[in-house]
Amino acid sequence: MTARFRPGARVRVRDRHAQGHLRTPVYLRGKAGVVERLCGRFRNPESLAYGGSGLPERALYRVRFSQRALWPDYRGSADDTLDADLYEHWLDPDETRRR
Amino acid sequence: MMAAMGEAKRYRGYHDLGGAPAGAIDRANHDYTLSEKRVDALFVLLGDAKRRLLAVDEHRRAIEALGADAYERLGYYERWIAALANLLVEKGVLSRDEIAARIAEIRARGGAP
Repeated sequence: MTARFRPGARVRVRDRHAQGHLRTPVYLRGKAGVVERLCGRFRNPESLAYGGSGLPERALYRVRFSQRALWPDYRGSADDTLDADLYEHWLDPDETRRR
Repeated sequence: MMAAMGEAKRYRGYHDLGGAPAGAIDRANHDYTLSEKRVDALFVLLGDAKRRLLAVDEHRRAIEALGADAYERLGYYERWIAALANLLVEKGVLSRDEIAARIAEIRARGGAP
């Protein structure tokens, strides 16, 4: 099973223009997180949504984000995190050091 | 069809609500009504291995395509059934006329509002 990222890899969600059905919410676009695990490979919902085959299958990752990194006015603990399942084609390696 | 077009770069569907102001959340549980259970059953049967008439992602896409107004106005399972009907028409399984005729028939016998 080929996967571009390993658990612990720092990734950034692509901030590309996109319309139609997709599973990457706007509030995560452009945000950096850490790969928590590889969930497996699944058919692409962006193709399945329009009657397509969804093939080739895409790697799906659980990515962990710091809540404070997502919400500027977040008042909870600095340790609070949010996990989101994101497909590989929505992720880039995160070049910046700081999350 | 589209709600917030504010940023050209980040097209945001009106269903993509994460982080948007929403007010208080009603956390009370409620029982499903019979009609809600029927909609759920219909969805499962239409997409099962025997029929394969629709995929969950198609259903989600059809819900997102109902329009911002319908998305606001309809309840959760009302969106489900509206999207199911649209998908079945789109796929040629049912026609609008057939659906309308059946609804009229059920109304006539007092079975639906």
